[in-house]
Amino acid sequence: MAARKVVPGTGVGLAVGEIEEMTDASTRAFSSRGDAPLVLPKRPFDFGRWFAATGWRHIVGVVMVVFSLFPIVFVVSSSLNPNGTLTGSNALFSKIGFDSYVRILSDPQVPFSTWFANTMIIAGTTAVCTVFLGALAAYSFSRMRFTGRRFGLISIVVVQMFPQLLAVVAIFLLMSTIGDLFPAIGLNTHLGLIMVYLGGALGVNTYLMYGFFNTVPSSIDEAAKIDGAGHARIFFTIILRLVAPILAVVALLSFIASVNEFVVASVLLIDTEKQTLAVGLTKLVSNPRYADWSAFSAGAVMSALPVVALFLFLQKYIVGGLTAGAVK
Amino acid sequence: MSIATEEDVREDAPPKQTKQQRRAAGIAEQASGGIKVLLVKLLALGLVDALALYAVFVLALHEQWAVLVIVAAVTALVNWIYFSRRRLPAKYLTPGVIFLVVFQVFVLLYTGYIAFTNYGTGHNGSKEQAVSSLMASSLERVEDSPAYPVTVVERGGELGLLVTDPEGDALVGTNEEPLAEASGAEFDGDVAVSADGWNTLQFADVLERTDEVTALAVPASDDPNDGAIRTPDGSSGYLYVSTLEYDEAAGTMTDLSTGTVYSDTGVGAFTAEGGEQLLPGWQITVGFDNFVRAVTDTRLAGPLLYVTAWTFAFALVSVASTFFLGLFLAIVFNDLRMRGRKIYRVLMILPYAIPSFLSALVWAGMMNESFGFINQVLFGGASIPWLTDPLLAKVSILIVNLWLGFPYMFLVCMGALQSIPDDIQEAAKVDGAKPWAIFRLIKLPLLLVTVAPLLIASFAFNFNNFNTIYMLTDGGPRDSNAPIPVGFTDILITMVYKVAFTGQTRDYGLASAYSIIIFIVVAVISIIAFRRTKSLEELN
Repeated sequence: MAARKVVPGTGVGLAVGEIEEMTDASTRAFSSRGDAPLVLPKRPFDFGRWFAATGWRHIVGVVMVVFSLFPIVFVVSSSLNPNGTLTGSNALFSKIGFDSYVRILSDPQVPFSTWFANTMIIAGTTAVCTVFLGALAAYSFSRMRFTGRRFGLISIVVVQMFPQLLAVVAIFLLMSTIGDLFPAIGLNTHLGLIMVYLGGALGVNTYLMYGFFNTVPSSIDEAAKIDGAGHARIFFTIILRLVAPILAVVALLSFIASVNEFVVASVLLIDTEKQTLAVGLTKLVSNPRYADWSAFSAGAVMSALPVVALFLFLQKYIVGGLTAGAVK
Repeated sequence: MSIATEEDVREDAPPKQTKQQRRAAGIAEQASGGIKVLLVKLLALGLVDALALYAVFVLALHEQWAVLVIVAAVTALVNWIYFSRRRLPAKYLTPGVIFLVVFQVFVLLYTGYIAFTNYGTGHNGSKEQAVSSLMASSLERVEDSPAYPVTVVERGGELGLLVTDPEGDALVGTNEEPLAEASGAEFDGDVAVSADGWNTLQFADVLERTDEVTALAVPASDDPNDGAIRTPDGSSGYLYVSTLEYDEAAGTMTDLSTGTVYSDTGVGAFTAEGGEQLLPGWQITVGFDNFVRAVTDTRLAGPLLYVTAWTFAFALVSVASTFFLGLFLAIVFNDLRMRGRKIYRVLMILPYAIPSFLSALVWAGMMNESFGFINQVLFGGASIPWLTDPLLAKVSILIVNLWLGFPYMFLVCMGALQSIPDDIQEAAKVDGAKPWAIFRLIKLPLLLVTVAPLLIASFAFNFNNFNTIYMLTDGGPRDSNAPIPVGFTDILITMVYKVAFTGQTRDYGLASAYSIIIFIVVAVISIIAFRRTKSLEELN
């Protein structure tokens, strides 16, 4: 019921972008009331007063930003350092050059660009399919009434409490058996890994989408139905467009999860050429004979860039998505 | 409330349609579909059916009848669902459910099964496989045996030997298939050089694949005691006979050189009287052995205990530290008079945007004892064992996990704080409440209602937070007393991974038993969580 009444769920959730708007609106309201000391021009600047009101907040902010950024600054700096070792990277920004980027991209021992492409293909395909499968399921749960519906919803939530990595041994044995019979989707194939990831497609994602689908008024479907549209047409041409923001969130969350996934990928992908960034880079630095820290840093920066860019680009939606699931 | 009742009515009493109405609805649905939709549907179903047919053929070839029946049944079901005019919900649910059942539900159940077997290094296959592999590994050349002329042949990437026996007959076989009459053999002098269905390898190819060629051992007949043909050079082969003799009737292996008799005593390997085992053995179910071993074997029970304790401590402290830091920051930055809040926010959520495996690897580099940035620069050349001291490594992990996790809690608390209506606060202020009282008595309870499910989810996530532990310390420092590769900062899930996939021996059975333990813990937590939050009852 809460899902449909929704107020809290969407207050934070749907809203997504609304947080910004809300604050802006209230700031305006605030200043018009006129009791914000900084806004009034006539009163002389009082440091003590300013510090007690907002100054100390800036100190907290600066401390936290330093804490947040210093590993990032370190890795960027060492990626720009042409010298290889970890010790050489300690003097921040002492030298600037792109040699290590060239090294990691051209090292015949380290197929970085292949790993990168593998990761993008695996994570991208998984994200698209997850959104599709999840949206199909969410649509039926949201719009249709059928026996077993409540049971379906509950089991999806419950099953998702047990992440796939718990069953990694069984997944490995299952995939190696499948590989004996059908080498194209078995061990050491991207297709096989993607299929395993799709096992987790229903679940949190579906639940998130289900909540969002419920906020689209069903009178829209009914109007379309009266105009003669079938269920497939309603779904693909009307509903999917209306819920686009949540599709983006789920796609991004699924993409990030697959990029980050190490356990299953490291067990299923055996050849170095087939591996993903998470597996390849981890094995690279954990090898004690590999001493080229700058090249690794360059690889890390390049691997993180697409994810960080996507994340910041869709930031507003993600924040909404994160809370929407919970505020139900 | 009116919405709810309306809905309940709909759910409880679905409108009863007459047969005619249903037919009419079906026809209308069909008519609205359009030819394109129909084509796409036919194409997709055709593709599924074609793949299923192929799968059925392959399964029949390998005589996997049970799986074959399941595949056929599922395919039939899928066709029925999509060709039927009704079953509308099933049409939308089937694709996802198939993946969910196979790769989530089935594998969890299969883990449960493996936990009751001795599956692992040395116990990988059936008894027949163990016998043939034991025989093959103890092959020795029969002294003064004649040399057979051989030709290396290949079929579909698999190597085989074309052998000319002393009578001048051509026989062909591979590692798996014993020698059999070769059809259409052509001879160059006395030596068979090619046969139908096989490609003869050229000299250069033989050289290139020397390792594979010398590893070939083609059984002379179905009986493993007859030995196998091997070739050291790709042109002449010799008969090799195993030093072990397998007595199928008695089920015993006899070492011909020492005379020791190994018999099947029900432990999944041929065992001599003195307890000495021939490995590889085979896979059997061992009941609760793995669980009993994990709890009672003192060398395993110790690690299990401290790993479990640390897993709980790690998950709890991580949730608490990230939540309180996140909440504190949310309160600090929730002041509308403050400038630059957006910039702070973007900079502070960067740790959350970076893939966590990369962050953990970078932190591991910075915390390196002798070369790392923290020791060299921040502590001026000290050598603090951030990741190599059992206690300090745990502190380091918690610090790094705080770094990784606080932005999430910050965002969540920010959202939750802003969704608390202002008028409640103002009312309290008018009634004379102090800011701290407002926070403690009004805001915090409201916030916790919103955030509690997230905290539970976060606990469950950290309970299995593989990446942070594995990338940062790899579970180390290693506990040298334990027979399994376990360390002082391992949590349960990294221990599962290490027992199953690293080290000299892989023990899938024990690893699965550990998985089951995690499973039970998570199940208990979820039950409590669902009870407390009543979130399942609210589902509709």
